[in-house]
Amino acid sequence: MKALRQYLESLLLLELFKGMAVTMRHMRQPKFTLSYPEEAAPKSPRYRGLHALRRYPNGEERCIACKLCEAVCPALAITIDSTQREDGTRRTTRYEIDMFKCIYCGFCEESCPVDSIVETDFTEYHFETHEESIVGKEKLLAIGDRFEDQIAAARAKDAPYR
Amino acid sequence: MIEQLTVLAWTMAKIIAIVMPLTIAVAYYTYAERKVIGFMQARVGPNRVGPKGLFQPFADVFKLLLKEIIIPTNSNKFLFILAPMLTLIPAFTAWAVVPFSDWLVLADIDAGLLFILAMTSLGVYGVIVGGWASNSKYAFLGAMRSAAQIISYEIAMGFALVGVIILSGSLNLSEIVNAQSGNVFNWFWLPLFPLFVIYFISGVAETNRAPFDVAEGESEIVAGFHVDYSGAAFSLFFLAEYANMILISALAALLFMGGWMSPVAGIPVVGEPGPHWFLLKTFGFMFLFLWFRATFPRYRYDQIMRLGWKVFIPITIVWILVAGLMRVNGMYGAS
Repeated sequence: MKALRQYLESLLLLELFKGMAVTMRHMRQPKFTLSYPEEAAPKSPRYRGLHALRRYPNGEERCIACKLCEAVCPALAITIDSTQREDGTRRTTRYEIDMFKCIYCGFCEESCPVDSIVETDFTEYHFETHEESIVGKEKLLAIGDRFEDQIAAARAKDAPYR
Repeated sequence: MIEQLTVLAWTMAKIIAIVMPLTIAVAYYTYAERKVIGFMQARVGPNRVGPKGLFQPFADVFKLLLKEIIIPTNSNKFLFILAPMLTLIPAFTAWAVVPFSDWLVLADIDAGLLFILAMTSLGVYGVIVGGWASNSKYAFLGAMRSAAQIISYEIAMGFALVGVIILSGSLNLSEIVNAQSGNVFNWFWLPLFPLFVIYFISGVAETNRAPFDVAEGESEIVAGFHVDYSGAAFSLFFLAEYANMILISALAALLFMGGWMSPVAGIPVVGEPGPHWFLLKTFGFMFLFLWFRATFPRYRYDQIMRLGWKVFIPITIVWILVAGLMRVNGMYGAS
């Protein structure tokens, strides 16, 4: 009896029709696709993208060469050399991040006492050579200047939770 | 002499009037396939080339035509080049006898159905020759698989058509459609329902489409018989496959769904027969091909053979008997 029922069910293609109903239902569903270059998914203010070095509003660079980020970096991607400037403050002469080594953990940002090294939400960049991938102080400061608005806005948004 | 030339020119014009729309239909069928499958998989499908991706087929065609045709060193070069043509030419030739309406037909020959069966069977040679000439084990295995599959399903398909021939009493496609004149309940799908279903499933298997696409079987033998083809030669195989799919759909519409007859015959305006009904039915069946592909997982090879030989052929034989009884009792095709 059971065999007969199974035989009839397979002969009437019942399960195949069920499957086709499923695909038809999915065809009429709205799609979730984002057309990436035109649309982008929202990013959290804590997003960890390209690194930047910030300045104070008066144009003075924030970094005081404490080397906490260099010490905390688990991938040993940060290299810092420092010296004493004429006005007696300690400043970096070299601040390099090897982007190929960096794992974007955000520890450098957390360790920084003056909010100098930060990670922006910018992700649309690439490096082709190893020389290019080592980003120096000038470049990091330039990135910081370019994205200062976004960096400040993200920090302000995250401030209540820090 | 002038008269003959006029006839020749007129025939050529008619052929172009069939082949050009068919080629464009194939191009947009590939687009429709990617869109429909995309939508069924909750994606959007191609949408970059032109508005809504409408120029995607042209981008694909130009890409394929501009690519180099790589001929393997140890292949049989003559057969290697011949095989794609051998597949494509019968696929297009079969369209010569397809009637689009009661007067819109290129060659209204009496053995039309037989001609179509002969032409679709010839397509197998392209597959076998292409697989053999490539001199590659994957291509050869794919060719063997798809040849065996096409031949097995050809039998079930032929038997399914016998029912149609019994009820209509003709091999001429126009007469077969005329025998179904009337509304949706006068068409042959009703008395020949099992044959109709078997015909269409065999048609899917015959064109090597999912879920019967073991000839292609990406996970096992890459692309089957055309694994060594590239560029324009590959595009000919592609064109033939899709032209065959459209042909199977058109035949299903002609033989079982009353061709150009209106489903609501008798009512003014919408009840008028016309080529639009034929095209509409054909599009319906073409959509089924895509729907199947998006829904069903691939059959195992032995399951395909079991289905063809041990399920379809017995059912068709039984139903041919039933069709014969219907004919003898004068329920259909009283003559």
